[in-house]
Amino acid sequence: MSIDRRDFLKMIGASAVFALGGMGVVDGIVKDNVEAEQFRPEPGALLAKQWAMVIDMRKFKTEGDYKRIISACNNIHNIPDFSDSKHEVKWIWTDTFEHAFPEQEQGYAPESLKEMPIPLLCNHCENPPCVRVCPTKATFKRKDGLVMQDMHRCIGCRFCMAACPYGSRSFNWTDPRPHIKKENPDYPTRMRGVVEKCTFCVERLAEGKMPACVEASNGAMMFGDLSDPNSEIRKVLESNYTIRRKSELGTGPNIYYIIGGADNAREGAKRE
Amino acid sequence: MYNGGKILLGIFVFLALATYPFYNNIGKANARPEPSTDTPAIQKLAQKKCIEPEAFMKSEHMQLLNQWRDAAVRDGNRIYVAGDGQRYDISLQNTCMKCHSNKKEFCDSCHNYAGVSPYCWDCHLAPKEGK
Amino acid sequence: MLEKALSGSRNYWTWVLSLLAVIGVGVIFYLRQFDYGLGVTGMSRDVSWGLYIGQFTFFVGVAASAVMLVIPFYLHNYKKFGRMVILGEFLAVSAVLMCMLFIFVDMGQPTRVVNMFLHPTPNSVMFFDAVVLFGYLLLNITIGWTSMNAEKKGFAPPAWVKPLVYISIPWAFSIHTVTAFLYAGLPGREYWLTAIMAARFLASAFAAGPALLIILAIIVRKVSKFDPGKEAIKSIGKIVAYAMAANVFFLLLEVFTAFYSSIPGEKNPFFYLYAGLQGHGRLVLLMWTSAILAVISLVLLIVPKTRNTEKTLLAACGAVFASLWIDKGFGLVVGGFVPNPFGTITEYWPTIPESFIVLAVWAIGALVLTILYKVAISIREENAGIEIEH
Repeated sequence: MSIDRRDFLKMIGASAVFALGGMGVVDGIVKDNVEAEQFRPEPGALLAKQWAMVIDMRKFKTEGDYKRIISACNNIHNIPDFSDSKHEVKWIWTDTFEHAFPEQEQGYAPESLKEMPIPLLCNHCENPPCVRVCPTKATFKRKDGLVMQDMHRCIGCRFCMAACPYGSRSFNWTDPRPHIKKENPDYPTRMRGVVEKCTFCVERLAEGKMPACVEASNGAMMFGDLSDPNSEIRKVLESNYTIRRKSELGTGPNIYYIIGGADNAREGAKRE
Repeated sequence: MYNGGKILLGIFVFLALATYPFYNNIGKANARPEPSTDTPAIQKLAQKKCIEPEAFMKSEHMQLLNQWRDAAVRDGNRIYVAGDGQRYDISLQNTCMKCHSNKKEFCDSCHNYAGVSPYCWDCHLAPKEGK
Repeated sequence: MLEKALSGSRNYWTWVLSLLAVIGVGVIFYLRQFDYGLGVTGMSRDVSWGLYIGQFTFFVGVAASAVMLVIPFYLHNYKKFGRMVILGEFLAVSAVLMCMLFIFVDMGQPTRVVNMFLHPTPNSVMFFDAVVLFGYLLLNITIGWTSMNAEKKGFAPPAWVKPLVYISIPWAFSIHTVTAFLYAGLPGREYWLTAIMAARFLASAFAAGPALLIILAIIVRKVSKFDPGKEAIKSIGKIVAYAMAANVFFLLLEVFTAFYSSIPGEKNPFFYLYAGLQGHGRLVLLMWTSAILAVISLVLLIVPKTRNTEKTLLAACGAVFASLWIDKGFGLVVGGFVPNPFGTITEYWPTIPESFIVLAVWAIGALVLTILYKVAISIREENAGIEIEH
């Protein structure tokens, strides 16, 4: 049985009425205590219909550019560091262009392009297969387009991991706590047996802040509302050639990449 | 009665085992827990009261926390409007535990007494305590 | 009726106790997994399902295969299955129980299992599968138990059993179809993304299940006075032959599509499983064992002489079971995860704790099956000679 405050106060009210022996007071007691709404969004929260991200590879020049965004995320979200790659937990990480975009396979492309590290994270798909398969609605799509993971509800069946074509989901094969280098006391950790992934920093959006990686990227990553034609992200998408990972699967990934031209590919070599 | 002795013995052994927890604990009842609200943050409060009346918090905090969890995680509503109109950030770690920074004397004292072990702390970090 | 399982020969008790011992060992390993997490298994970020889900899939098939006796007996009035049908129904019961246990041991948070029913999600195939499996379990327990009870008393089963039997037929197809949908609807898993997955599942199920049933029937005849009937075994042999042929045919269809289209995503899992890929080939030996056993079994099953000779039929059934156990209970799951979405390879191999937990689930299934069969056989032995309209 779940009792919310309203029911509780009604109960208290009712018993008080009983004690007083008069029905006339009931309205007074209840009305005094109950307000119309108990839960509301934060006033300064950033709102959107579909959040999306553009990652501009031309602006990733050094190894430090990658490290900065990844550790910004890892430190805030208490991401454990498992030495065993089989048990890794990753919210944002890098892999080579070749691995990130296998469908762009082209044998004669410059090595520097093939080996260029690409930041990878959950695509917060428009039509997410992980949400479709989850048997408990532990993963779900919010009104603002975020694909959220309710770690309290997850039963650890890992169907979502099989369904995600991007390898964006991580399972806690064992207790992650001993593997967290420095705990951020303001954010929870996870426990063994649940699946987790990037949340687009939902907790920061609620406070009116940009996702941690975007903030740390010095403009290399842009974040905004896809449904707003005047948003910066829409302008960037309209004026640049961008690609998405495996968009042919119909998942509607919301991370867009600007890879850049030959100059950028040539420079890519230096970043490794 | 066939095997009367054995049956009686069996019944006796069963009763002895089944009532073990009762007679074993006679006179050993634990003292009622007194969850402590003596923390620096609470001492600083002008008016020492929780977000809702004490009686409600005592009996219904688990339901409230469940509602908080769903509101924040699932609906994106991270502000709780209390009965007195005050607004609070919905966060176990950053709201509740900022005042109740003494998890051992506050949460655990009752939970241990009641024999419950909520899994909140498997994920949510408890405030660092001195001892 | 259950009291029949409480009296038995020395061999019976030795068997039961050794099963209990295996279960005991598995429980100890499970407690370790419960405490430490699924990290005790060989599964990984890339191969996030393993032997547990593979075995689950395989035994859903075994459960569904009871229908291969139910259809001829109830729909075509094929009387020779009269004595076998109960063995099929009880096999289904224990197989479904094993499936549920395999799902349970695979869960990261098993204490939250009820979330599946607290937050029902009809668009999730997993939720659907849980529902239909549970329904199938209830159907088969009810049908099997009521029929046995009636037989014990020398009556025909009550009339309400018939409609349940008819419901159980499409239901059996549905459990395995839904299980196939777990795999066949996922974008980006090319090895699984095939419209004939459900058909393949049914074909392999109708081969492996009845093959197991033949083996069980021959064991039952050895250890008791109950004879399921030579003709019945022969007929089931034919079913296994057709189903196994269909299964191999379907597998070859997959091979054709993958290699004639020459789409790398389609071909790579086959390369990994049967030849090794990027220097990784942990399953190659196993998959070829499966393939060779499939061919041997097909030969033995298609040639009438070997099919109708009990010894060779038994060998064929063993080969069918082993071949499909590898192909569906192991290779199928791994093939969907290798290569991973980045085209790289993380290999999977079950660990010792994982294997013992699997063994324990098997032992639980075998124990339930033993008890159910013991009840059925004891009643049959008592009523020997009395033919009952089922």
